Amino acid sequence: MSVRRVMGTEIEYGISVQGQPTANPMVASSQVVNAYASATVRARRARWDFEEESPLRDARGFDMARQVADPSQLTDEDLGLANVILTNGARLYVDHAHPEYSTPEVITPLDIVRWDKAGEQVMLDAARLAHQLPGSPSIALYKNNTDNKGASYGAHENYLMRRSTPFADIVRHLTPFFVSRQVFCGAGRVGKGQDGRGTGFQISQRADFFEVEVGLETTLKRPIINTRDEPHADPEKYRRLHVIIGDANLSEIATYLKVGTTSLVLAMIEDRFISPDLTVRTPVAALRAVSHDPGLAHQVTLTDGRTLTGIQLQMEYLDLAKKYVEDRYGADADAQTIDVLARWEDVLNRLETDPMSLSDQLDWVAKLKLIEQYRSRDGLDWDDAKLQLIDLQYSDIRPDKGLYHRLVKAGRIQRLLTDGEVDAAMTNPPEETRAYFRGRCLEKYAPDIAAASWDSVIFDLPGRESLQRVPTIDPLRGSKAHVGELIDNCETAEALVRALSR
Amino acid sequence: MAQEQKQPRKSDDTEETTQVAPESDVAERKDAMDDDVDAILDEIDEVLESNAEDFVKSFIQKGGE
Repeated sequence: MSVRRVMGTEIEYGISVQGQPTANPMVASSQVVNAYASATVRARRARWDFEEESPLRDARGFDMARQVADPSQLTDEDLGLANVILTNGARLYVDHAHPEYSTPEVITPLDIVRWDKAGEQVMLDAARLAHQLPGSPSIALYKNNTDNKGASYGAHENYLMRRSTPFADIVRHLTPFFVSRQVFCGAGRVGKGQDGRGTGFQISQRADFFEVEVGLETTLKRPIINTRDEPHADPEKYRRLHVIIGDANLSEIATYLKVGTTSLVLAMIEDRFISPDLTVRTPVAALRAVSHDPGLAHQVTLTDGRTLTGIQLQMEYLDLAKKYVEDRYGADADAQTIDVLARWEDVLNRLETDPMSLSDQLDWVAKLKLIEQYRSRDGLDWDDAKLQLIDLQYSDIRPDKGLYHRLVKAGRIQRLLTDGEVDAAMTNPPEETRAYFRGRCLEKYAPDIAAASWDSVIFDLPGRESLQRVPTIDPLRGSKAHVGELIDNCETAEALVRALSR
Repeated sequence: MAQEQKQPRKSDDTEETTQVAPESDVAERKDAMDDDVDAILDEIDEVLESNAEDFVKSFIQKGGE
């Protein structure tokens, strides 16, 4: 494989109710999700099909009246259930105390960017809609990963991998990559330590929250390599690598490189192409040390005794990836793979020679540059609250308030997509995966869909005794090529289900 | 010898001439950059939340994931 594989991201957004710092974040998150659902999801709102609830009779027992209730009436109920599937195939829900958006399954890094940015726009609309309800306060959402007071929330990536790849290989070859990839995909942070009390700037939002090398946890004792194993696909053939170490990026280029390079490294691991052992001594400490040095000079020590900077470690992977793509594809390599390699190389070279020249490409550099400009103009010390405010407000998703958005508007940050392309992805599903089937069904047959999830769509058809579950266990089936014409031709869900069961 | 002595002088000359132009260029560019920096900071001043300390203090999140 190349940069192409089945993948997706899940972003938890920071949330604050303006003027009410003690407001219940679960209530506010539910208001956001429910407001969007009420305004955009037509007719009946399909439930998320939890696999634990797979017996159809359970699904049938859902109280549908609750779903159409006004969100304000739901505040005393089980708030964790606010959970909708969108016509673009994404999932919008409340996880713990944050609104969360999971992209539909896509197969290219640029499509990750497209549906990830669409998620920001969905959240923006959702917060605006929640504010329109009578008596509702204004809710602000932040695409960041910490409150600088000890709490962190995630920006996860998911990559479908071959089951046959030994997990030990993944741990060995991916850990040094994860320790160092922050040099281009860190989002930047003012403050050090989990509670942010240490002063100064660091490259990553998340580095200080990682405490172990490998593990199942995501909320405490966070591991560099997470072992959660729910493939949402045939478990004999696939595993889903659940990556929890990344920062939430605003920069399209940072997201594109983060996902593109990771996918390439996974391809090399699957094909057993990586022979050098780049294992890092004490990777948890190395992760933090790299993050704490925006001067990019910190050297990590490998188990073979070599010392390399984060950039040099990345260059080792880049060299391998260039050889790998040349070896496997030669002149036939696809355009995005070639583009990811070229950008990866350019970014690493610039980080080595003139990192500030990347202020129009990378989040942490853009943020640091802004902060340095403020420091030099206003003579601010590192513990000045204004610098923390700049860090926080960089990630405010409102175009008028968010500093990332102001920089884009001023032409100081490059983009890969247009507003129109991102807006289209708010409602349209990707065409190459099962998300196409899920999204089109939601768009066309919403009143007849009882529930849906990554691996199924469940229909409740008029006149039928039982629910009809259409499994979508293969992420690459249910694409436009497979079912586009069929859905176009089936006026009703009944006709579609009949055609599918033939 | 004479030629050898001439050579470096020649290159000195070129260096001098090539140095003069960039210096004023750099100065101009620096002025332009300073204006640029001021412009973006002015713009951001206008949208920054007003009481930085209170605002940052009140941004309290629960853990997630």
